Amino acid sequence: MKIGVCAKFTPDTDTRIKLRPDNSGIDPTGIKWVVSPYDALAVEEALRLKEKHTGEVISFTVGGDDTAGLLKGTLLALGVGRAVLVNDPAAVGTDALGIARILAAAAKAEGLDMLLFGKQAIDGDNGQVGSMVAEILGWVQVSRVSELTVEGTQFKAVRAVDGGLKELVAGSLPAVVTADMGLNTPRFPKLPDIVKAKTKTVEVKNLAALGLTAAEVAPAVQASNFGLPPARPKGRLLTGDADQMVGELVRLLREEAKVL
Amino acid sequence: MSGILVVAEHDAGVFRRTAWELLGKAAALATELKTTVSAVVLGDAPAADLGSAGAARVIHVTGDFATYSTAATTAALNAVITAEKPDVVLAASATLGRDAIPRLAARLGTGVGTEVTDLRAEGGAVVGRRPLYSGKCFADVRVVRAPAFFTVRPNSFPQPTRSGAPAPVTAMAAPAASDGVTVLEKRAPSTATVDLTVADRIVSGGRSLKSKEAFDTVIRPLAASVGATVGASRAAVDAGYAGHSEQVGQTGKVVNPTLYLAMGISGAIQHLAGMRTSKVIVAVNKDPEAPIFEHATYGLVGDLFEIAPKLTAAFAAS
Ligand SMILES: Cc1cc2nc3c(=O)[nH]c(=O)nc-3n(C[C@H](O)[C@H](O)[C@H](O)COP(=O)(O)OP(=O)(O)OC[C@H]3O[C@@H](n4cnc5c(N)ncnc54)[C@H](O)[C@@H]3O)c2cc1C
Ligand SMILES: Nc1ncnc2c1ncn2[C@@H]1O[C@H](COP(=O)(O)O)[C@@H](O)[C@H]1O
Repeated sequence: MKIGVCAKFTPDTDTRIKLRPDNSGIDPTGIKWVVSPYDALAVEEALRLKEKHTGEVISFTVGGDDTAGLLKGTLLALGVGRAVLVNDPAAVGTDALGIARILAAAAKAEGLDMLLFGKQAIDGDNGQVGSMVAEILGWVQVSRVSELTVEGTQFKAVRAVDGGLKELVAGSLPAVVTADMGLNTPRFPKLPDIVKAKTKTVEVKNLAALGLTAAEVAPAVQASNFGLPPARPKGRLLTGDADQMVGELVRLLREEAKVL
Repeated sequence: MSGILVVAEHDAGVFRRTAWELLGKAAALATELKTTVSAVVLGDAPAADLGSAGAARVIHVTGDFATYSTAATTAALNAVITAEKPDVVLAASATLGRDAIPRLAARLGTGVGTEVTDLRAEGGAVVGRRPLYSGKCFADVRVVRAPAFFTVRPNSFPQPTRSGAPAPVTAMAAPAASDGVTVLEKRAPSTATVDLTVADRIVSGGRSLKSKEAFDTVIRPLAASVGATVGASRAAVDAGYAGHSEQVGQTGKVVNPTLYLAMGISGAIQHLAGMRTSKVIVAVNKDPEAPIFEHATYGLVGDLFEIAPKLTAAFAAS
């Protein structure tokens, strides 16, 4: 099997977000970058599929100058065979469709059987890129998958749909699958593998190498006027013993908050 | 403006709360922008009823949409949008909004402002406000091509009053579409309560429960007593006290209820990311220094094993 996986680096979930003084975006200083958690599930699933069916895993990332180093210490150390990095000034500040066009162009050349994504990257929390790549490639897509099996040219997947419902679906490869929690538990890279991966190469490409122009990735979605979450009005600690606190809480929920 | 199109979703013919919520907001925006609201309905539902919340027209795509299909949904909405040429399309952040809308946006070469929690009219266009980084910051989003898609987080807007006349309905046959993905089996959730992402009330339990039995006998009855959906911290999920689908937080569900009860949850940044927009937050924790208290509307310092049963009884009685 030839399995592709799209993964990006996002701020560690512990990060306290700070904004640039002009509120044009977040201040990246001091941020620790990690493989976006859902992408880590996608990478793990790709590795498991390779181990089960033999074949190769190729990763695709759109990122900047420090991304090659991050890829070595994570995906390449974990056993991804080839890491493709698209690094181009025109890709900075593009939107989900721009990223999707880049990833689709990079993946198209590889003759993949399956392309895995996270259900969303935890920076922009868009959850768009997987579906968009599937459309551009003309492949089927299954979103928010928590179980996946492949037999020959067929796949089966359990996806989440509305109302807490899950569905077992089947289809033919090639397919786009986006990973949800529960799919697996990602492994961590081992220290010797991290050391070894330092000498591996990341395949760096620009837009021209993919046959794309800057105009084709100009964003349709623009974000501005960043702000921190509105402060919550100061809450109140209730006093007394358990019975008093419970009585007071129910009264407040009914009379003050009016939510009962 | 040539109009705002609302994707009005329904379950077996009953319009979802999000359908009304979006229509109410669209009607207000349309008044400001001096334009009109239309709605699209996929499959069998009382389409004309949407007029009561401000839809001037409804396009009713007839066909079988009972089981969600990416291909069928995308093709149907594409046909409607190509014919109607709306400037703005609103859908809820749910399966259709997350799975089909991005695919459709790619087909039409436009963009999606995702998971917005507010919408406003500005400079003749609709601008969204949305959380990013799991709610750790917010930003305005504009879509500079047409149509501008926005997906809206459930419970972002109030339910509108429904007083308008029935809307004229235009029927359209569903375009043929199949992507070869077949549904073999539907697995219903283990509980009959509403899904976390749309729930109006949530009771969540944390690591403090110490066992699945305690979670089942303390948290679940408390939730039931107030008609709430059960949630959990990741620590509780990892320990097996609750299911993956019950996790609230940055790598779980992002929720937006009116009432959120955090029972024995410390309030880690990743948990807050999933629930900080809840309107009223109640925290029960034995540690007065627990970070959750900084975000709680009402805080109860004490042992949840003592407080929860009393609260269950009080809710049941009220
Ligand atoms: C990449 C990543 C993603 C993550 N994603 C999520 C996520 O999506 N959601 C999430 O929740 N977490 C997430 N976490 C984990 C998060 O950092 C915390 O570890 C987790 O939220 C803690 O859960 P908890 O509050 O139940 O447990 P703890 O932090 O252990 O807190 C337990 C609390 O219960 C209180 N307590 C104990 N006994 C009692 C009692 N008898 N009565 C009253 N109070 C009591 C304690 O005082 C304490 O405050 C993530 C972490 C990482 C690294
Ligand atoms: N810059 C990127 N490089 C590689 N993959 C990406 C990138 N951005 C998004 N993706 C993939 O697309 C998924 C959805 O991203 P998003 O639509 O941004 O939430 C992510 O989980 C990744 O798998």
